[in-house]
Amino acid sequence: MSRVVHVPARHESASAHVSGRALYLDDMPEPPGLLHGALVLSPHPHARIVSMDLSAARALPGVVAVAAGDVPGVNDIAPIRSGEPALAQGVVEYVGHPVAAVAAPTLDEARAAAALVKIEYEKLPALLDLDEAIAAGARVAPDQMVGRGDVDGALADAPHRIAGEVRCGGQDHFYLEGQIAIAVPGEDRDMQVYSSTQHPTEAQHGVAHVLGLPFAAVTVEVRRMGGAFGGKESQATIIAAIAALLAHHARKPVKLRLPRDVDMEATGKRHPFRIRWDAGFDGEGRLAGLDLELAADCGNVADLSPAVVSRALCHADNCYFIPAARYRGLLVKTNTVSNTAFRGFGAPQGMLAIEAVMETVARHLGRPIEEVRAANFYGDAPRNLTPYGQEVEDNIIAEVVAHLDGAADLAAWRRDIATFNATSPIIRKGLATMPIKFGVSFNLTTLNQAGALVHVYTDGSVHLNHGGTEMGQGLFVKVAQVVADAFGIPLDHVRVSATSTAKVPNTSPTAASSGSDLNGMAALIAAREIRGRMAGVAGARFGVPAEEVVFADGRVSAGNQSLSFSEAARLAWQERVQLSAAGFYRTPKIHFDLATAQGRPFYYYTYGAAATEVAVDTLTGDVRVLRAEIVQDCGRSLNPAIDLGQVEGAFVQGLGWLTCEELKWDAAGRLATRGPSTYKIPGSRDVPPDFRVHLLDRPNREETVLRSKAVGEPPLMLAISVWLAIRDAIAGLAGEGPIRLDAPATPERVLEAVAVRRGHAGAG
Amino acid sequence: MAIAFVLNGESVREAAAAPSMTVLDYLRTRAHLTGTKEGCAEGDCGACTIAIGRAQGEGVRWQAANACLMLLSQLDGALVKTVEGLATGDGLHPVQQVLAESDGTQCGFCTPGIVMSLYVLQQDGAPDDAAIHEALAGNLCRCTGYRPIVDAARALCAAPRPSEPAVATPRPSTAHGALGELHLFPDNLADLVALRATHPEAVLIAGATDLGLIASKQRRGFPLAISTRRVVELKRIAHAPDALVLGAAVTYADALPAVEAAFPAFGALIRRIGSRQIRALGTFGGNLGTASPVGDTLPVLLALDAQVELAGPAGSRWMKVDDFLTGYRATALAPDQVIAALRLPYLTEGEQLYVWKLSKRHDQDISTVLAAFRVRIADGALVSLQAAFGGMAERAKRARTLEAALIGGPWGEAAPEGIEAALASDFAPLSDHRASAAYRRAAAANLVRRLHLATTRPDVVLEVHAL
Ligand SMILES: Cc1cc2nc3c(=O)[nH]c(=O)nc-3n(C[C@H](O)[C@H](O)[C@H](O)COP(=O)(O)OP(=O)(O)OC[C@H]3O[C@@H](n4cnc5c(N)ncnc54)[C@H](O)[C@@H]3O)c2cc1C
Ligand code: FES
Ligand code: FES
Repeated sequence: MSRVVHVPARHESASAHVSGRALYLDDMPEPPGLLHGALVLSPHPHARIVSMDLSAARALPGVVAVAAGDVPGVNDIAPIRSGEPALAQGVVEYVGHPVAAVAAPTLDEARAAAALVKIEYEKLPALLDLDEAIAAGARVAPDQMVGRGDVDGALADAPHRIAGEVRCGGQDHFYLEGQIAIAVPGEDRDMQVYSSTQHPTEAQHGVAHVLGLPFAAVTVEVRRMGGAFGGKESQATIIAAIAALLAHHARKPVKLRLPRDVDMEATGKRHPFRIRWDAGFDGEGRLAGLDLELAADCGNVADLSPAVVSRALCHADNCYFIPAARYRGLLVKTNTVSNTAFRGFGAPQGMLAIEAVMETVARHLGRPIEEVRAANFYGDAPRNLTPYGQEVEDNIIAEVVAHLDGAADLAAWRRDIATFNATSPIIRKGLATMPIKFGVSFNLTTLNQAGALVHVYTDGSVHLNHGGTEMGQGLFVKVAQVVADAFGIPLDHVRVSATSTAKVPNTSPTAASSGSDLNGMAALIAAREIRGRMAGVAGARFGVPAEEVVFADGRVSAGNQSLSFSEAARLAWQERVQLSAAGFYRTPKIHFDLATAQGRPFYYYTYGAAATEVAVDTLTGDVRVLRAEIVQDCGRSLNPAIDLGQVEGAFVQGLGWLTCEELKWDAAGRLATRGPSTYKIPGSRDVPPDFRVHLLDRPNREETVLRSKAVGEPPLMLAISVWLAIRDAIAGLAGEGPIRLDAPATPERVLEAVAVRRGHAGAG
Repeated sequence: MAIAFVLNGESVREAAAAPSMTVLDYLRTRAHLTGTKEGCAEGDCGACTIAIGRAQGEGVRWQAANACLMLLSQLDGALVKTVEGLATGDGLHPVQQVLAESDGTQCGFCTPGIVMSLYVLQQDGAPDDAAIHEALAGNLCRCTGYRPIVDAARALCAAPRPSEPAVATPRPSTAHGALGELHLFPDNLADLVALRATHPEAVLIAGATDLGLIASKQRRGFPLAISTRRVVELKRIAHAPDALVLGAAVTYADALPAVEAAFPAFGALIRRIGSRQIRALGTFGGNLGTASPVGDTLPVLLALDAQVELAGPAGSRWMKVDDFLTGYRATALAPDQVIAALRLPYLTEGEQLYVWKLSKRHDQDISTVLAAFRVRIADGALVSLQAAFGGMAERAKRARTLEAALIGGPWGEAAPEGIEAALASDFAPLSDHRASAAYRRAAAANLVRRLHLATTRPDVVLEVHAL
């Protein structure tokens, strides 16, 4: 039998996906009596709810309508802090804030009923602008600080000093499957909730809080999501809780599925950031001190923002040792939708910040940015200490960058671009590289735990369940590979079942790229437990010690004695040996003090590098990415096919964040880009036509599951090379002006940046 | 009054469901075919893509379409294939097989739509990468980054084209009535005009790529509708001696070969109108009927000096498109009239047409600014120019000041001057979520510069997509 791990294996649902048989929540056969839900959203960015009249909606046959006052438990679903209601309580704080919800026998009836809910508001002053909100001191949570050393001294003494500002926009997740939950009331107030969630446990808690139930009375289950990207971590809880509240009052099952525009208006996104920095450095560009202010537009409540900002601050060093660092994170409150987790979770904004610094420093000194970066790379002690106190022990960035250079031949590539530019006055090319170092583990140490449940049946088939959720990232197949490998059986003998709070309790979200690290390890521990017991039984049969029993090729053997795996399973059963085990894993070595922002938050780092070529139209601002070359560290990849898909998908998503994806609000604070007609994610033609990805196959030096590394998020930040390449193209224009280009680099911003570079500020 | 169609090989006579129920809702809730997904309900994501087949010659021509925008009544007489209908037996169709084997699915939610787009693409023979991207322009995937999907498409197109058993298309009906709604399907212009005159309150439906949004997003039906889809006179494409004449109900897909042959730049623009799904249904008449300030064909029609034929009880008359468009989404169409046809005068010797669409994303995006220039240059001078812009005013509009400023002037190495000033007197664009007024002004002026370069410096690369 061929290997089942460290080899490409298809997504476990691939056949179901392509045949249309994969069931998403909205495809499930509807339970009898099912009602359909709809939300009533606030039209105001900030207003007091003076009165609410649900009677007209309720008067319709079969309609239930609920608002904050109908919550039997506690109207609070905050994931980190408190006071974040599922339905607005007393005040609305953004346009799109769910105020009430209705359920009716059909979706159209529900929408009609929702329109009958009468709410009287008293408008309150709203903070819609990030700068104003910063200035006003509006915050959703206390500001954060990561740092060390005498920054002011370092800045004052440095031979060179520059300050700057850059902004990056938010990003809608645009998972193709919108938010959805189905709540089915059971006996004795029990509630079964099917939720498209990355965090079944949090959805369970949210539902239990709102309904005033013990956690044990609520079961949350999810088989698969049609994409999530962080958008179905805390946000899914809101939907699950409202669906459950409706079901509770209706005493009937309720499906709450958000239409795309409601989804985009009502649920959170990536945080926009305003970044300000002040750097002191020497003639080689080596940073002596960096003062960095990351102001995150958190929206109206904290949600996951404290963790997002913490991760941003812990990634603003990227690969660089900065002796004196003061990184401040502002958790700014605005009257917009509450921003939330999104692939990278703050790290993209943090890295964009430091790369803007590196680039500006390099241009200031007239040195290649690669040299300036290399001068700043983490090195041997004491240059291996991050501002948050973790030693970088596994640094391979120099090797990764060298690998990229070897694969892409950057010098030749640059020459080609210079040759092109020499005769092309309108379309200008640019090239930029981007190194990354990404810390793996949840910053919040507690979350770094996972459970799994493995059953071996007497026919040798294996049932696998764990706390991780499948959102398309291939987690289920990876964990199944690990279990199949442990038992030495073919992959298709392992069946993965829906994630459920009833099977594995108290789980962490499937997030922070940690899905396979945590759940794979928990499943491996469970499988090894069963394997040990089976080895004992087989060893007794063979007359050898258990340690000599080998599981491979679908057989359980020792010397020339052998049983098929199913025979061994049956034998164990006959011997009354348990063929089921729960595995539990907690990431070792990590600790982090949130108060001082010091410790070892990350079990290990993963590294990558990219080089990207773009073409910029200096007449229209159009941009096209022509070529991207990527090297991504995956440790010993569990599944190179899945990892490749993660790298490519993340890069393209990052490319979207930095170029075509632009969120716009109207003057009244309403999101104007509420659907794919106005919010443009990359299409197939936006992917670089020459796109080469190299997975670096190096065992993780830490004892992760089969020495693999996490890969879900890191490559997204490689797309910062796209943004840098656009800036490079603009910098190549004749002109003395600065490179002023915020993200996303839409045609409009690019054209403006071209004008600024040429010294016609504001003209375009 | 029932309609007849064939769904995944099974004949269906549908009399119970409302004519303006969306096909997507019909498939998912009535036919219990949940493979077809809703990702947006606005025709942009492609998760709902199905294949619509209509008889063509001996065989069937399959086209991809957005089930979310299509009204059930539009299925009359059609063959319909969904992702569930591709495979025979338990196995997978080659398209499905190849996509799965290429790791072309992650979350799988976009997948059924992509399968259907690739299925239709494969029917077209062995296309190149440009055709593959064109086929995928209406399908968004948030997970994969598309590379494996494009690879799957390449593999499929390289493989021999599978033969399909011939299927008879059902006999079309004349109307579809249910639940208080009535959709009428006249098949000739006289009947259409008569129905229009007797039912001024009826909605005229062509491809429903604009109107469908009312059903899918606003969830409102059309109690009384008249479809132009089957009106033979409106489906004609004719080559008059001096003009290309397109019936109002000619779809973009059907018109493309003729338009591309006569006006390559217009053809290239049509390839960027919506997606293949949209172009399979969307019509010229619909673009004129909507009269959006960012309707893509309109500036081109203005630059070409196209005329539109309006038919009504009093007969038909031709009118300049420039006179037809009267304001923001407003036209000179009388309540008892229909748009019958369009005349696109051919370019005369020495004339050239340039059409440039600017949008945030190259494919499947609404224009921020669109410029169409019909120009003649001789002996280093600009002899004639008809310039029209979309996205710059409440309607598509000629840039008459610009034309006057440039015509007769030198057209050599030096870029023309006074562009900004001329455009400023022609247009006062608005800021919206696509772009600011400042960008629109700057980009419009730069498109005039692009015209200058395109006509004087053939060696200069002018578009990022030309690379
Ligand atoms: C996803 C998507 C992308 C799109 N992309 C583009 C784009 O890139 N560029 C662009 O320009 N448009 C775009 N559109 C808009 C639309 O596709 C076009 O306007 C199309 O031409 C409409 O044609 P239709 O046949 O579908 O019109 P319908 O929706 O059927 O009708 C539109 C209007 O025209 C009237 N009408 C139709 N035929 C006649 C007739 N014969 N006589 C009188 N009135 C008539 C109708 O009553 C209605 O008011 C897009 C739409 C969608 C949903
Ligand atoms: S559902 Fe998105 S195009 Fe139809
Ligand atoms: S596979 Fe998830 S959207 Fe395409």
